Amino acid sequence: MKFDSIIIGGGLSGLVAGISLQSKGRRTLIVSAGQSALHFFSGSFELYNTDKSYQEALKGLDESHPYSKMGIERVLELASGVPAFFSQAGIKLLGSADCNHFRLTPMGVRKPAWLTLDGYVKIPSDGKFPYKNVTIANLEGFLDFHTEFIAAGLAEQGVNARICSVSLPELDYLRTNPTEMRSTNIARAVKGDVLGALAQKLSAAASGTEAILMPAVLGLESPQAAESLKARCDLPVEFVATLPPSVPGIRTQLMLRSYYQKIGGTYMLGDTVEEGLFEDDILKGIRTVNHADTVFEADSFVLASGSFFSRGVMASQEGVYEPIFGLDVDAPSDRGQWYQEKMFEAQPYMKFGVHTDKDFKVSVSGRTIGNVYAAGSVLSGFNAVKEGCGAGVSILTALDVAEKITR
Amino acid sequence: MNKEINTNENNFEQCIKCTICTVYCPVMAVNPDYPGPKQAGPDGERYRLKDPKFFDEALKYCMNCKRCEVACPSNVKIGDIIQKARLDYSSKKPGLREFALANTDLLGTVATTMAPIVNGTLKMGVVKSAMHGIIGVDKHRQFPSYSGQKFTTWFRKNAQSKQEEYSRFVTYFHGCYANYNYPKLAKDFVKIMNALGYGVHLMDKEKCCGVALISNGFKKKAAKQAATNLDCIREAVRRGEPVLGTSSTCAFTIRDEYEHILGMDNSDVRDSVMLATRFIFKLIDAGKAKLVFRDDYRRRIAYHTPCHMEKLGWSIYSTSLMKMIPGVDFVMMDSQCCGIAGTYGFKKENYPYSQKIGEGVFRQISEIQPDIVATDCETCKWQIEMSTGAHVENPITIIADALDVEATIAANK
Repeated sequence: MKFDSIIIGGGLSGLVAGISLQSKGRRTLIVSAGQSALHFFSGSFELYNTDKSYQEALKGLDESHPYSKMGIERVLELASGVPAFFSQAGIKLLGSADCNHFRLTPMGVRKPAWLTLDGYVKIPSDGKFPYKNVTIANLEGFLDFHTEFIAAGLAEQGVNARICSVSLPELDYLRTNPTEMRSTNIARAVKGDVLGALAQKLSAAASGTEAILMPAVLGLESPQAAESLKARCDLPVEFVATLPPSVPGIRTQLMLRSYYQKIGGTYMLGDTVEEGLFEDDILKGIRTVNHADTVFEADSFVLASGSFFSRGVMASQEGVYEPIFGLDVDAPSDRGQWYQEKMFEAQPYMKFGVHTDKDFKVSVSGRTIGNVYAAGSVLSGFNAVKEGCGAGVSILTALDVAEKITR
Repeated sequence: MNKEINTNENNFEQCIKCTICTVYCPVMAVNPDYPGPKQAGPDGERYRLKDPKFFDEALKYCMNCKRCEVACPSNVKIGDIIQKARLDYSSKKPGLREFALANTDLLGTVATTMAPIVNGTLKMGVVKSAMHGIIGVDKHRQFPSYSGQKFTTWFRKNAQSKQEEYSRFVTYFHGCYANYNYPKLAKDFVKIMNALGYGVHLMDKEKCCGVALISNGFKKKAAKQAATNLDCIREAVRRGEPVLGTSSTCAFTIRDEYEHILGMDNSDVRDSVMLATRFIFKLIDAGKAKLVFRDDYRRRIAYHTPCHMEKLGWSIYSTSLMKMIPGVDFVMMDSQCCGIAGTYGFKKENYPYSQKIGEGVFRQISEIQPDIVATDCETCKWQIEMSTGAHVENPITIIADALDVEATIAANK
């Protein structure tokens, strides 16, 4: 079966690459081995952890960093187009391509953010929380949202928080099995008329404060439920990320995938690429577990298979490796150099990933594969957690690679 | 090189507790009595290995749809773990209802002989109420009609001798549904294969694939039938013939459940067992065959992906073939469970959940307003027809109906 481009990996980076290539007129296929890390989405994309402008902060990066390979001008140029890119799929993101604002974590901590999903608490660049008195409302029985932590975090920012819990009879059946009372099941139950009842209870509980902060548990398929609730409340409603699974993350994944398929892309979920068929340092096609002797051919390939979590990169006693094609990786063979003794220090293994040239082309035994590009967290050279650049690298390298392919 | 990545001998140890499976479990979304795939699967398995008394009978609510496995980023065989636990640890003995639902060959043989009486009787309110009250088959359920003549009887009388006129052959695993309930599907398959220049052989002693036996707790009997089927499949493979099916669940069961659940080695023939649409698509894709369609065929077709088709990953073959029909306005539905899961939705304690699970599929169909819903699974067909009134067909029937037979025969000479 022949495509113009095949993308291995169906998470944030793979979908961005897929949508970008498909909308440039390419016939594409995405192969995804299970669901992606978007299911743990915080509600905000990060570009780089800094209090300076991105322009200034990115200057100091090592040349092996994906942003340095792209060039700062290119990073910022592509970054400015990201909100419009996502809005094609119906996903509204707020933020600027110059500098960070802040998000509120489920632990009540303020962290830098680049783009925040519409509806989430968004603290402006000056760091001033938009309210002085808020109500933090949880849904009775929901264990993945810790109001006390959030209140304590807000207190440090000089914000008073009233904590309350709202019960809905429609959720009683879920409460019979408390460990399985998950965000996604709440999202399935709280819709339609239930939103009216919820709005009434929230408004009553929050009277006298300026805003309602509640867990992001509305709207698995579209942002409509959240909008409808807001329209019915007396006070502004702002969402705070919950512990996983992330309802807005799943919604983002579903909306990106559904848009990708709407513009003609083919998405195969739950399949593992078994091997690549190479000829003269060119990848001709791939074979997968589900399709056995069917070869999926393409002119170009994007490897967006993720990092250790998604098994795009793996580690064993023998070393760090890329399991599909055996690509060259940037990781020392000496295991002693993989870790820092102190857990919370920047861990060297966080930067391990697939070795690429300046165009993000991959290599095997030092020989560049002319038509295979890597994008997203499978790349080496950055620490997504410490640098706060995971989403930025995923989205921007995918856009960059898609442009390189179509150029 | 990169076989499905297993980093542990005990597959369940690969679970990193990420909870993604719980998001995609259709049962958990509607029935809080079900512990969910994470708890029922890898989490519970640790305890069951320590002491079988930790087995929870609520695992019976699992539909074995495998959507948890499709979603899992760590390649944990969650559905397999749950099915095996049910067969190995459940102390509940299957009853009359389970026996009746699971023994499709026995029921089918009796029912086709007396089809008009059986079909009429099963529609009677008093019979439905009796079955509901006495054996626990839900009274809302419509039983599929039985055909007056089995496909195999028709084939032997009308088609078998003609097959030897061909020089290339495939073996057909018709399954229970095409044999007892809807021989048109099997006849459509023969029509297409013959037009493509292939003769059709049947297996000597085809038995039900056993999926209903597995899900109703009859492991030994399932294994016995599997052994018979595997012998026949090996015979076909020795003749150099692929074994083609028209039901996604039969193909999935023979390929995956025989090994994973029944522990039978099918590795020598697994790749030869496949759905007809996959075989036909690959012929066309390789330029070895051509389908020519009528130019007056006009239909709006929506494709529903059965759960086991989702697990096989093969909907691309069925949908690509239907998209080749010039007059087809094709809509791909979001892949969701329709709720029936074979015999699961026939049981009165499951019926309300079954209908609730299917709501997403029913809603999509009412929005799309197709002329035909296409799907590769017979029980999805029953569920969708009963719940939406839509006309549902297997892609093979759609292709056969749209086919210009004479032109296709000429193109493949």
